[in-house]
Amino acid sequence: MPSANPIILQMRSITKEFPGVKALSDVSITVRASEIHSICGENGAGKSTLMKVLSGVYPFGSYEGEIVFQNEVCEFKDIRASENAGIVIIHQELALIPELSITENIFLGNEPTRFGVINWDEARQRSVELMARVGLSEDPNTPVKEIGVGKQQLVEIAKALNKSVKLLILDEPTAALNESDSQHLLDLIRGLKGKGISAIMISHKLNEIEQVSDSITIIRDGKTIETLDVKADGVDEDRIIKAMVGRTLEARFPDHTPKIGEVFFEVKNWTVGHPQIADRLVCKHSSFNVRRGEIVGFAGLMGAGRTELARSIFGRSYGNFKSGQIIKDGKEITLRNVPDAIKHGLGYVTEDRKTLGLNLLDDIKTTTVSANLNAISTRTVVDVDKEYAVAEQYRKQLRTKAPSVDEGVSKLSGGNQQKVVLAKWMFTDPDLLILDEPTRGIDVGAKYEIYGIIQALADQGKGVIVISSELPELLGISDRIYTIFEGAITGVLNKDQASQESLMKRMTAARKSA
Amino acid sequence: MNAIKQLFGGNTRQFGMIFALVALVLFFQWKTGGVILTPDNVINLINGYSYILILAIGMVLVIIAGHIDLSVGSVAAFVGIVVALTMRDWGLPWYMGIVVGLVLGALIGAWQGFFVAYVGIPAFIVTLAGMLLFRGANQYFGKSLTVPVSTDFQYIGAGYLPEIGPDTGYNNLTLLLGFIVVAALIWGELRSHRKAVALGADVKPLWVTIVKLVVLCGVVLYATYLFATGRPGTSFPIPGIILGVLVLAYGFISARTTLGRHVYAVGGNRHAAALSGVKSKRTDFLVILNMAVLAGLAGMIFVARSNASGPSDGVGWELDAIAAVFIGGAAVTGGVGTVVGSMIGGLVMAVLNNGLYLMGVGSDMSQIIKGLVLLAAVVFDVYNKSQGKASFIGLMMKKLGGRDNPDLAVAEPLKDAVRIES
Repeated sequence: MPSANPIILQMRSITKEFPGVKALSDVSITVRASEIHSICGENGAGKSTLMKVLSGVYPFGSYEGEIVFQNEVCEFKDIRASENAGIVIIHQELALIPELSITENIFLGNEPTRFGVINWDEARQRSVELMARVGLSEDPNTPVKEIGVGKQQLVEIAKALNKSVKLLILDEPTAALNESDSQHLLDLIRGLKGKGISAIMISHKLNEIEQVSDSITIIRDGKTIETLDVKADGVDEDRIIKAMVGRTLEARFPDHTPKIGEVFFEVKNWTVGHPQIADRLVCKHSSFNVRRGEIVGFAGLMGAGRTELARSIFGRSYGNFKSGQIIKDGKEITLRNVPDAIKHGLGYVTEDRKTLGLNLLDDIKTTTVSANLNAISTRTVVDVDKEYAVAEQYRKQLRTKAPSVDEGVSKLSGGNQQKVVLAKWMFTDPDLLILDEPTRGIDVGAKYEIYGIIQALADQGKGVIVISSELPELLGISDRIYTIFEGAITGVLNKDQASQESLMKRMTAARKSA
Repeated sequence: MNAIKQLFGGNTRQFGMIFALVALVLFFQWKTGGVILTPDNVINLINGYSYILILAIGMVLVIIAGHIDLSVGSVAAFVGIVVALTMRDWGLPWYMGIVVGLVLGALIGAWQGFFVAYVGIPAFIVTLAGMLLFRGANQYFGKSLTVPVSTDFQYIGAGYLPEIGPDTGYNNLTLLLGFIVVAALIWGELRSHRKAVALGADVKPLWVTIVKLVVLCGVVLYATYLFATGRPGTSFPIPGIILGVLVLAYGFISARTTLGRHVYAVGGNRHAAALSGVKSKRTDFLVILNMAVLAGLAGMIFVARSNASGPSDGVGWELDAIAAVFIGGAAVTGGVGTVVGSMIGGLVMAVLNNGLYLMGVGSDMSQIIKGLVLLAAVVFDVYNKSQGKASFIGLMMKKLGGRDNPDLAVAEPLKDAVRIES
């Protein structure tokens, strides 16, 4: 029984504040020797922040509270310090150097030397041993880029073992892996547990958590909700979900009576391959439809393929198109590139405003017209008076707070930037507007206004797709919600049938409900 | 302070460069005992640098789009030799020679643009290869010899506005040109004033408009006087006219056409541009293509001016053009820059070169000085970015101990994250 094991790690009353935001507030977790401890919570609940505190990414002094590891109070000033103590974090994005060999990666920053010269014979010999421990049979001289993601994950673990790890932190270890690779990895973690290495695992795949964990700590809104002992408490997925989403819906949405018309936009059997990895699919035979005046939500965890689906439909701006049909107003259309998509009345507001959505060097007026320059141009000459007038009209209509439309978009707050992006797409007069995380990084008041804009667009007879990681938001704004898991659509619920629990179930357990 | 800012418009970096240019001219005027502002010297300055400035027009677009072109000197030399050879050996008239040069430039540009835009090879590599390739091609076809060009052709590089009309003691066409520019300046200022009123935007105070006009018109009229009173047979040079037309055309294209907007959009944020429906590959292709056409034109003007095409024409031009663009306010990361700014940047380099030469400073010291000026200009740009603002005046005021203008205050990104809008 895990409870019999001695305590290896205690994080006591950890509070971490970013300017104006309390990311963690009085969070405590206890990990015992030889146990797998999972941390669950919605996106943004504070899981990653907690792990960054533990591994020294946020150095001692930048947080409040105490870390006790192996009966010693630890004050890690950087990642190296925590690694020296025996805590190794494996990030979701692997920290391997693709051009270097497996051996070189395992010993990077930790090379065995003799008189200051790297002893490659020893390194290779030891890496063969380490690879055997993680069940990896490859030539140690193979460049890391030539082995798959699953094996790369194993190299990461071998690298950690080389540092005589006591506590392994795995952030979404199976997010990028297929089923058999995932299973192998989970078996390996269980095997390591038997050899006295504890693990903290963060994962959205609740079935895996249920399968491997000894105990689970649930975090919500930066606070510890509870810690469950898996065997003693008889934990199942429903129990975890309830604890994760237990928040009540407040009146955060404008009142709205939808005026829903006919189906006008339909996607059938949409299949798209990963842009780099040849045999991996990011969208698997997805079919859905949108009716006029309808706000359709897309729920899925990070990496489930929501953005990939949206962008592949929006003029194939992501991935390798494999098959599928788009039917708009009863006619099949082919959207080969973004200009095609815009011409056919699609608009797409990107998830990441700053890197994909905006040219931060531009001002409000140039941004507003940038997706529909032809409308204010005669024979390619831009009419700057019209540009000013259009931008000014949207600024007033959407109540964008800025001194004038000459203001640079980089100087606006997140909410006002999003209004400018919305104005840009409204000016293209789309029939279907896809909004990817439309309120991310936006404060509560501005969210309310954005919801109002979305509803107004729907009332004009447009279809609106909202992709969001925040379930309360989807439940508040959508008329219908599709759920996506690992690139496949796993269900659709009308607003009155949907609840956070029913959505979360479909977002995490594809096989059962599909 | 606000008024001074209004006087020079929003672009403070550009204002800084105008300021530097004026200061340089005055400095050399004092140091050289008035030689720099004589008709002969000003005419020489335009003749000797117009081809670099023409290259800078193309280069600024390339750099705004986020690329670089190292091949322009070699392309200019290659086009120059081919034009000289075809005119000599095939007996083509001068105007057909120009057509051949422009078409060849376009072909070279299409070749390089194809690799940059559609194969996705960095422009640095493609044009580095082009630099070797076209230098070699120049020497292969020209057999490393100098090929002379006809007097007709020399007009585009060494010609002047002709004398017509009554004898006024000035060159009449140059005077006319000067008056047209003055009239255009006044008309443009009135028009923008009227538009600002009509749109309800901020209207500049009247004195700002008047001071701006008086200063600009004064400069233009003085330059007109200089160009119109040169040695007999000289007046405003033809390369200067070509340059002026190109500056107007490209200034307009870059600021006011959809194509120009696309260049800025692609350079500012390639992904955002693509997701807004900009065909970014096509934009890259056109920008590189255009650069080679202008390089061909610059090569022909140089050949015309020096009466012959030679094997080492255009060596180092790419660096002069790139320097002009960066001194003129373009950002190394793309998305920022103007045609007019690059012209000012190019003139700063030209005046520096010319003034140091007149002062008898050796090429060793002038190169050191020019290197430091380029570095200082880019350091200035990077510093401004790290401060989250681009305010030359704010910078000067800080040094003088004055308070910053509140609307130039450093952006506070975190304030946005927490503020609740009611």
